[in-house]
Amino acid sequence: MDTLLEILKDLHPDVDFELCDTLVDDKILDSFDIVTLISEINDQFDVTISAEDITPENFNSAESLFALIERLEDED
Amino acid sequence: MEDKKHVNINKKKAMRVLLATIFVLGTLFLLQRLFMPKYMTDIVEGAMIAEYYEEEKNHDVVFVGDCELYENMDPVYLWEHYGINSYIRGSAQQLIWQSYYLMEETLKYETPKAIVFNVLSMKYNEPQKEAFNRMTLDGMRWSASKINSIRASMMPDEKFLDYAFPILRYHSRWQELSTEDLEYFWTKDKVSHNGYYLRVDVKPAENVPEGKILADYQFGSTAYAYLDKMRDLCRSHGVQLILVKAPSLYPYWYDEWEEQMDQYAQTNDLPYYNFLDLTEEIGLDFTTDTYDAGLHLNLSGADKLSDYFGKILQQEFEIPDRRGESVLQTAWEPKIKAYEQDIERQKKGEEK
Amino acid sequence: MLFTSYEFLAFIGILFLLYYVVPKKFQWILLLGASYLFYAMADWSYLVFILVTTVSAYFAACAMEKTYTDQKAYLLLHKSEMNKDERKAFKAVQKKKRWHCLLLILFLNLGILAVLKYTNFAIANLNGILTFTGSTRQLDYLNLLLPMGISFYTFQTLGYLIDVYRGKYPAERNLAKLALFVSFFPQLVQGPISRFDDLSVSLFEEHTLNWQNVSFGLERILWGYFKKLVIADRIVIGVNTIIHNPDQYRGTFVFVGMLFYAFELYCDFTGGIDITIGVAEVMGIRVTENFKRPFFSKCIKEYWNRWHITMGSWFTDYIFYPISVCGPMLKLGKWSRKHLGEQIGKRVSVYLSCIVVWFTTGIWHGASWNFIVWGLGNCVVILISQEFEPLYRLFYQKMEGKGIHLQGNFGWKVFQVTRTVLLMSCLRLFDCYRDVPLTFRMFGTMFTNWNWNNLSGASFLELGLNGWDYLVLILGLLLVFTVSMVQRSGSVRMKIADMPGIIRFGLWYGLFLIVLILGAYGVGFDASQFIYNQF
Repeated sequence: MDTLLEILKDLHPDVDFELCDTLVDDKILDSFDIVTLISEINDQFDVTISAEDITPENFNSAESLFALIERLEDED
Repeated sequence: MEDKKHVNINKKKAMRVLLATIFVLGTLFLLQRLFMPKYMTDIVEGAMIAEYYEEEKNHDVVFVGDCELYENMDPVYLWEHYGINSYIRGSAQQLIWQSYYLMEETLKYETPKAIVFNVLSMKYNEPQKEAFNRMTLDGMRWSASKINSIRASMMPDEKFLDYAFPILRYHSRWQELSTEDLEYFWTKDKVSHNGYYLRVDVKPAENVPEGKILADYQFGSTAYAYLDKMRDLCRSHGVQLILVKAPSLYPYWYDEWEEQMDQYAQTNDLPYYNFLDLTEEIGLDFTTDTYDAGLHLNLSGADKLSDYFGKILQQEFEIPDRRGESVLQTAWEPKIKAYEQDIERQKKGEEK
Repeated sequence: MLFTSYEFLAFIGILFLLYYVVPKKFQWILLLGASYLFYAMADWSYLVFILVTTVSAYFAACAMEKTYTDQKAYLLLHKSEMNKDERKAFKAVQKKKRWHCLLLILFLNLGILAVLKYTNFAIANLNGILTFTGSTRQLDYLNLLLPMGISFYTFQTLGYLIDVYRGKYPAERNLAKLALFVSFFPQLVQGPISRFDDLSVSLFEEHTLNWQNVSFGLERILWGYFKKLVIADRIVIGVNTIIHNPDQYRGTFVFVGMLFYAFELYCDFTGGIDITIGVAEVMGIRVTENFKRPFFSKCIKEYWNRWHITMGSWFTDYIFYPISVCGPMLKLGKWSRKHLGEQIGKRVSVYLSCIVVWFTTGIWHGASWNFIVWGLGNCVVILISQEFEPLYRLFYQKMEGKGIHLQGNFGWKVFQVTRTVLLMSCLRLFDCYRDVPLTFRMFGTMFTNWNWNNLSGASFLELGLNGWDYLVLILGLLLVFTVSMVQRSGSVRMKIADMPGIIRFGLWYGLFLIVLILGAYGVGFDASQFIYNQF
């Protein structure tokens, strides 16, 4: 989780990712951010987030994103 | 108690809907009237078709056709000199199917002894121009004839709905509305004398252009079909159909056309007069008898032509002299007065 | 049947009546019939194309879903006997099946679209190359049919198929229902591009007659006609005068034409969408919004989140993401980070995907270089503004340090909005002029041939519009602007609904009369099609 938060902080230093749960809905993360984020996550967590996982539900908060990563790790 | 209250609310609601509907229809009706062109000062030809409905309908001769009739035949002259009670149902560039449906409509109101049709419109086999359609059709009262006439006349991009609700056609006139539109909102002035468009000014005909060579001189099949329909319609009503070609120098009347008309008149046993060939007998002088260089006759020309044709109507077709009938006499009196005033007004205008 | 034809009004009028008269379970069937009738009235032969798309999509979706159900059933039975790797391998096999199925159907449907829409464009380019190489041979153009709305319904269907492929929702088991989703007539000609899970619920639901739906829907339709007939179809006269006579109208006029075109396109397109959404709303069906006051955007990225929203999100979800996170692209990203350095490497995949997306967006709008350049132009602006972001941040900080709070400042916002509108209008010039070189030339004249005198009243009156027309346009645009401002604090129609009956009636009837009288329709006005019909 900390690794993830670090990645996120790098992207947008001004956002409180621990609290915010409308990252996509409020357009804090745009499509460029999401793609950068995914390539970072794929690198650091050794999971593959694919296009079908890119949904607002998965990306709206750091928590849900982490849940996605755990789910994918579990599947592998 | 509750029920009664409910009924009352429903009643109130229904009342409101009814009021709103009346208001909407009423304002739309008024707006439509406001937007429709009045044709009172400019292009008065647009107002002529509607004038017929206010007439006492017991004419012996009815002329149906385009400007070659309503600017060249003078019913007032025919009345004053031959006692012939006649009317012209004319409009600008009246197409042959429009003439046919006007005839059909006229025959619902009255059965004259003769109907005179000017054959120039044989040259058109298709609808020509929206603006002219409008001037002929908008003035007609609603009837099967009007509906059929609209159907036959519409250009490819015209819609029937635009005729049914003219506000859809004239809405953009909001920019051009003038006092004329208010002045003639409910009633209109008479613009014609029994359908005759009177002009006293003179513009001599000089250098009348020869007709351009056409690719095809054959009249179209639609035009012929409507001519046949006219023939049959008049026959079934026992009305004499008389074909004429007015002595207008222009639009050019080709020999090939003349041949076809001659042929048609002969095969169908119809009288046909081409006044272009009779200008000398009529006594027309195109330096004084036309107001637009040969397209149309002025009063002096129209009276010469009316004199000539009146004689034919009286002698060949036995159209009675009704000057003795007191009812008719009184009906004509104000008309003659208006006619003379018009002449005087125009002559004064000329002097200005 | 154009939205602005009497036939269309009669069509929806009869449909609305029937919709609430037939038994509720037949409502969607009636709608299917109406949609096919609507389509057939444009051209019978179009039906063949939409049927091929529908039927092929139906079977492909069912086949893809079968891989999911098979997988579930098999794993349920055999889970205990399989180890993790075996399960993974089994899933991969199923996924591969699905993938093949998707490829096949994409190939078929995009193939149809490509052949019909782009063959002649390809031939024109080949001919250009032939001439360039000195050959006298030229290829003949093909006489191809372009079914109405094919770009829209093809994309809508592909979205559905990709969602089923991804397992987002199960395939629609009823062919007729899928057929309605593909052909739903109000959005057939110009969008929005709906998602199956968004639209299907209210589309197939049974609806009881409801005053709010009907009144809101009709109000929306009327508002759409206002924007289309009173503003767009009037201002188009001025736009056409300018863009069809590039030799005569240069410099200042290009600028004027550019602004006029922005208003025209906005009123035309959003007006059409208002009619679409309104027609659906009367029948209780919710169609996704396609615009959120786009001209109030502060940057081009925001603009594309607010203009033609459903198209933008379609391209993001189904092209941008799949490309930018696919295996090869990620590998490319890694490779370039290693070899080209962190800064450049990080950008490679995003940039490439972005270029692909905007190229496709461009060519989707029309088979011509104008649209391709337009699309890529958007891409360039977006990427540049992306690069400038750190600079902006620095700039804000500096100003902040001087005690000037730009963010949230009204004047600054106005500046940003104006800048975005102008930028987008410049790009739209590609949509106006005949070809790309001409567009660049005309754009250049704005700087070389600028003449303040051309902004005098007299030169405006040359454009085919008179003083009254300009008055109507100014007042009309003011009304649109006011409504947009009011909209920021919630639905305008809700606010109207709270007013007393007599005022509501006055507003509706007033707007109706305005459309009836001031609408630029009928004789004297060219019945211009909705711009987006062509795409």
